[in-house]
Amino acid sequence: MSGFLSGLVPLETETEGFQAPGVQSFDVPPLFESVPWFDKYMLQGMLSVILILAFWLIMARKSALVPSKGQYLGETAYFFVRNTIARDMIGHDFLKYLPLLIALFSFVLINNLFGVFPLSLLPTPSHVGWPYGLAILVWVIYNAVGMAKHGFFGYLKHTTLPSGVPAFMWPLIIPLEFVSNIIVRPITLSLRLFANMFAGHLLVLVFVLGGEYLLLHSESIINKTAGVVALIFSMAIFGLEIFVQSLQAFIFTVLTAQYISSAAAEEH
Amino acid sequence: MIPMELVGSLGIVGYGLGAIGPGIGVGLIFASVIQGTARQPEARGAMMGTAWIGFAVTEALAIIGIALAFVFGGL
Repeated sequence: MSGFLSGLVPLETETEGFQAPGVQSFDVPPLFESVPWFDKYMLQGMLSVILILAFWLIMARKSALVPSKGQYLGETAYFFVRNTIARDMIGHDFLKYLPLLIALFSFVLINNLFGVFPLSLLPTPSHVGWPYGLAILVWVIYNAVGMAKHGFFGYLKHTTLPSGVPAFMWPLIIPLEFVSNIIVRPITLSLRLFANMFAGHLLVLVFVLGGEYLLLHSESIINKTAGVVALIFSMAIFGLEIFVQSLQAFIFTVLTAQYISSAAAEEH
Repeated sequence: MIPMELVGSLGIVGYGLGAIGPGIGVGLIFASVIQGTARQPEARGAMMGTAWIGFAVTEALAIIGIALAFVFGGL
């Protein structure tokens, strides 16, 4: 993974003309020189926690039998996570895990939407550290749920050996299931979120910066027209981004629920 | 004489090739879910559970591909 992280340092290139956006576009400077860890990602992460806390506290405070518009919005969001994600994926024992799923869904959704919010324009999970943190949290939780249910060795047997596998297949199945369920799951969970946010933001940067360069820094009228078209088309890319960001928040929560459900499943 | 010179990372081409298989696989998974839902709408919840697991495993290949494209990006 160190090679992967080293790909995120800015490239030292000095070329004339258009500077294509790349991995160096995601290396934002710290907000204050004296506090090197406090950059825009950290500010957005903290802001999102405050926003989510305020949203759910206000929604839970005044609940009436006939809901107002605000309460209706909060209830729709709550029932979406409760019914579509938690109840469909986990089953009858889903209420225990509902606070985790709601917190994960709101955190990922708000931080993704910072990528299209006009004042921030940078999705927080496009820095790979944030999805890593979330995936480590999910990994610890679903393994702990499984171990609390089946015991340590019971959980290892449960998660690496599907029932009904004949004995001569065990040397093949057990390492395969171990790699798939214990090692690959957190990696793909984090990198799926990161790669989607990173690639989507890069797409926006290519259209907006390229369109701006074509419009303002070139002489020919054809290039200026292409720049205007690219800038208009970037609005459609923003629409696609809103869809992808909501979908990724949904998929992240669904997969978390699915992993918890498969770790806590009964033996058949 | 060199007729045309391309510079850049071969890892990007590798990722493009590596994304073909998962693309077809994810398409097949959700095509089957749509067909299954059309034939038996009440079984949708059970099908979606399996489909998300299959989707995650299939898309893992594309995700490992993009990670390796960065790892070998300097080559």
